Amino acid sequence: MSIDLPVLKPADFGSDQDVRWCPGCGDYSILAQMKKALVAIGDPRENTVFISGIGCSSRFPYYMNTYGMHSIHGRAPAFATGLKVCRPDLKVWVITGDGDALSIGGNHLMHAIRRNVDINIVLFNNRIYGLTKGQYSPTSETGKITKSSPIGSIDNPLTPLSLAMGCGASFVARSIDVNIKHLGQTLLRASAHKGTSFVEVYQNCNIFNDGAWKYATDRETKTDNLIELEHGKPLIFGKDRDKGIRLNGITPEVVELGKGISEDDLLFHDEKSSEPSLAFLLSRLRQPEFPEAIGVFRDIEMPVYDEGVNQQVDQEQAANSDATLDELFNSGTTWNVE
Amino acid sequence: MSTTTTPEKVTGATIRFAGDSGDGMQLSGTQLTNTSALAGNDVATFPDYPAEIRAPRGTRAGVSGFQVQIAAEEIFTPGDQLDTLVVMNPAALVTNIEDLKTGGTLVVNEDSFEGKDLRLAKLDESPLDDPGLDEYRVIKIKMTLLTRTAVEELGLSTKLADRCKNFFAMGFVYWLYNRDLQPTLDFIQAKFGGMPDIAEANEKSLKAGFNYGETTEAAISTYQVDQAALPEGRYRNMMGNQALAIGCIAAAKLSDRDLFLGSYPITPASDILHELSKHKKYGVRTFQAEDEIAAVCSTIGAAFAGHMAMTTSSGPGIALKGEAMGLGMILELPMLIINVQRGGPSTGLPTKTEQSDLYQAMFGRNGESPLPVVAPQSPSDCFAMAIDAWRIAATFMCPVIILSDGYIANGAEPWKIPDFDSLEKIEITHPAPREDGDPAFLPYARDENLARPWALPGTKGLEHRIGGLEKAAETGNVSYDPDNHQAMCELRQEKIDRIADFIPPQEVFGPEKGDLLVLSWGGTYGACRTAVTHAQAAGASVAHAQLRYLNPFPSNFEEILNNYDKVLIPELNLGQLKTLIQAKYLIECVGLNKVKGRPFAIVEIEQRIAELTR
Repeated sequence: MSIDLPVLKPADFGSDQDVRWCPGCGDYSILAQMKKALVAIGDPRENTVFISGIGCSSRFPYYMNTYGMHSIHGRAPAFATGLKVCRPDLKVWVITGDGDALSIGGNHLMHAIRRNVDINIVLFNNRIYGLTKGQYSPTSETGKITKSSPIGSIDNPLTPLSLAMGCGASFVARSIDVNIKHLGQTLLRASAHKGTSFVEVYQNCNIFNDGAWKYATDRETKTDNLIELEHGKPLIFGKDRDKGIRLNGITPEVVELGKGISEDDLLFHDEKSSEPSLAFLLSRLRQPEFPEAIGVFRDIEMPVYDEGVNQQVDQEQAANSDATLDELFNSGTTWNVE
Repeated sequence: MSTTTTPEKVTGATIRFAGDSGDGMQLSGTQLTNTSALAGNDVATFPDYPAEIRAPRGTRAGVSGFQVQIAAEEIFTPGDQLDTLVVMNPAALVTNIEDLKTGGTLVVNEDSFEGKDLRLAKLDESPLDDPGLDEYRVIKIKMTLLTRTAVEELGLSTKLADRCKNFFAMGFVYWLYNRDLQPTLDFIQAKFGGMPDIAEANEKSLKAGFNYGETTEAAISTYQVDQAALPEGRYRNMMGNQALAIGCIAAAKLSDRDLFLGSYPITPASDILHELSKHKKYGVRTFQAEDEIAAVCSTIGAAFAGHMAMTTSSGPGIALKGEAMGLGMILELPMLIINVQRGGPSTGLPTKTEQSDLYQAMFGRNGESPLPVVAPQSPSDCFAMAIDAWRIAATFMCPVIILSDGYIANGAEPWKIPDFDSLEKIEITHPAPREDGDPAFLPYARDENLARPWALPGTKGLEHRIGGLEKAAETGNVSYDPDNHQAMCELRQEKIDRIADFIPPQEVFGPEKGDLLVLSWGGTYGACRTAVTHAQAAGASVAHAQLRYLNPFPSNFEEILNNYDKVLIPELNLGQLKTLIQAKYLIECVGLNKVKGRPFAIVEIEQRIAELTR
């Protein structure tokens, strides 16, 4: 039997609110790709919830015609966990930024990931505090000159994917705001994964940190500076696809193909490996020494937290289907006063 | 069980076990409580233990105590002065002796008053040699030796054998107060049945203690406490934290939904988490969060989901939850926030009781952020208060704060068990799905209580966004409009104020008008009610009002305050309720304030009443 369901278009996922990001912000592109991805995912609007913290990226839920919550700074994963544990039927997305997720919200990010709650976390990384007008963030490079670091920041930057991997993440991916096809596919992969999906998106803040990802987006340089991960394929990059990543012991090195080095000598990507060390190693490849990897680093099956919680409740209820409140009230030692 | 002397009938007795925190004093007290409740006495308990799990053995810091009053009449407190004090070591003696009545019975484990024990308690001489002990009836027993002898045939290690001596002490007290051993024998079987040697050793020790009294102390008098005339019905003992947990399960079922608890362990609230974790079969989901903030945030997520959502903590944890509580307020989602108060400020006195978080509950958030606040008055009242609080939350769509305290949380008293069917249902409706072409859903439209609709994710056509930014009336869209902000702040305040007409009017115990009103809230109820009863019997013109709803105050409250010449407010803080009342009603009140980590003694309140009604 076929039923004619109304076919939703990307625009159907937009709310009636004016989008108030700065003109030229990378967030617009992510919003557009998300709407397209939701069409492809095909869930009804009412079954999707976006939860965010505080920051520019966290305005995202207001622009989606789904259920949504713009919560407080850094805590979105905790709201999402409560919601998902009670309502595993819902698709829950967490939208966050580098300050929101990694600074004030580091604790909640870590615990959502290690529990493997079935939510999709999308981290917009622009390496700056935008909404507070330009202080350095936990992903800003050392030496960064900002309003709060006038002679350069001293902090070492965090690599979000390394952090996620260290928490035992079951799905880890990276994409780029302007790489729209890749971003859309990455969001679809994240949605399809059962458990916590962690996606870092390189996002340009054209007001306070313009060009932070220029090396990864510039037409001239990007092919030399990025390496696109594909499951089961060797790590090859470069405009002419003539360079690769090889392991020398446990140390990665860039090699040129030919001259006695063949594809078989290169590192092969395995996103399904139960051992996260190689995926972690890929997350450590940073400019300028190495090309930076984009794509799915890790996608493995692991027990899912909200399923576990509900299984325990279901099992207890099934085994005690005749349990009454009066039984609870009268449990333990009781006596009568006549 | 016969004794050579006829027991003396007394209307009640207050008994305290005190020893090292590893001596099993809490167990001894709990068993005496349960046995006495089964014998038909009214009971009230006060456990008092150190914050450290095992403070250095034998030191004053490591003393753990459990006090119970057993009575042949209705009682409201665990008693002031002790009729009988059992001490297991010198540290316990010197830290507790001042609470023993002149002429009271002091039972001592004589074996633990050696030089080393004295040194641990920082004593140069044995307190047993203090001539001041002459004013008590001192019974010295070689408990360690006698216990070892009693269990000798089982071949246990000395360490294991010595662990049984709390049962010996218990046995002796059972003899002294003519208690039935059977309930404790049953308990031993249930608890230690899997370890037959331990079970038998504890049984032998209990009986040995009882028999020791019967055979060697036959000349001294024992006591009989008859049944109390409690209202007819079936009873069980209930501790405050347990009652809150069971009350919340009941409230969830009464409103036809599952219960969610997001919590982070903290003394003295953790037992609510422990209790609820056991009841998954009633649809309870418990989430032990990574911190206090995640606990309350997950609770808000669960409230959005449509569950009965709650979080539990104590003062320091509530401080961390402050921002999210403000979000819960502006989102206008129903949930319970339970604060089991302890001694503050900061980490303060984790295992001691206090009522010093009232300002925090009222004002501990940024911006105009009013929340209803309620306070149970006793362990068993926690059950009813949990249901009341959820009824308010669900009716008015707001978080509700329940202020319990350590004294209520760990204290126990008989609870008259209700029939579930006799409890009033909590009706909640959620807006129905909408089709394309239906009028737009307004998530911040208002009903007659100014409550907004509770639209659940998953419902077609009701998609909406909520958040912490100020929202436009009705649509809930972000609004920076000045007039809208003023109107929304006033509206949220007005909504909470209107709860005054929803809650029951304030009741008064005693004359409607008179010289003095004693006004209390929370766990000071028992001491105040008892003191006022005594003062009334002595002819004083005094009444008692127990305030269970602290924000908003009941609608008839001002009128009541004006009916008395003076108002006395005893509080375990430096005058928080007093300040609120003086500020709101411009009525001068008299404070009676104590922050010693301990509850009021009845006599402290009696004295102040006497001074004010002289």
